[in-house]
Amino acid sequence: MDSIPILKIGSALLVTIQVDMHDQLATQLQEDLTTRIVEHHARGVLIDISALEIVDSFIGRMLANIASVSRLLDADTVVVGMRPEVAITLVELGLGLPGVKTALNAERGLALIGGVARDEAAAGDGDDD
Amino acid sequence: MATTTETLAIVSGDDVVRVRQKVRVRATEAGLSLVDQTKLITAASELARNTLDYGKGGHADIMTVNDTARRGVRIVFRDQGPGIPDVALALTDGFTSGNGLGHGLGGARRLVDDFDIQTAVGQGTTVTIARWRK
Repeated sequence: MDSIPILKIGSALLVTIQVDMHDQLATQLQEDLTTRIVEHHARGVLIDISALEIVDSFIGRMLANIASVSRLLDADTVVVGMRPEVAITLVELGLGLPGVKTALNAERGLALIGGVARDEAAAGDGDDD
Repeated sequence: MATTTETLAIVSGDDVVRVRQKVRVRATEAGLSLVDQTKLITAASELARNTLDYGKGGHADIMTVNDTARRGVRIVFRDQGPGIPDVALALTDGFTSGNGLGHGLGGARRLVDDFDIQTAVGQGTTVTIARWRK
């Protein structure tokens, strides 16, 4: 079975969803990401959904679950690139995705995660002495 | 007048993806706006999954409707599953008997122009939806 590649950039993991996912693939991504967060001590997860033409309740739930699980594992999740029509549909569906951070594009998303990492690095420097 | 009905079997997760793809083609052909297309495909995805998960598999009839009054896409999801004992409850947000977020049926209804559900315990469920070009 095919799987969705997970790239490591610094202390962040990057996932670009480029296929119309069937449910099993979405579930597998959730498990793979959880493993990789721990493996790489990742501080952030960036999920690019700009290629997704729809987000239904199943994929919405997957995104919310990834955000919850990664938070428990001390990593921030940012979903980037949601299409406007997808956002409109999600709200009407009743899924505001509470607890899921979003950014308009990957650059801003990385800045969000990078910002978190930098803040912590600065705080860490202060504690070292 | 409904034209060229296409019937797809829904027996696996891949079939749910296939329903989405076919509905997209029809919605584009019917001239629905991008937002309307997205709403219809999302509703179809929810209902196809219901057919698979709760109805234990079934069929989707996808048709383009093109008459003097209106133009759009109508989809009928039918299964021979256990049926829904309390439809009003099933349409309530937050209700789920499965593993969704409980937005499937009620959410799907909000995303379309026409929504009809026929169900009885032991008799299966038929859900008909349509979205029209504005």
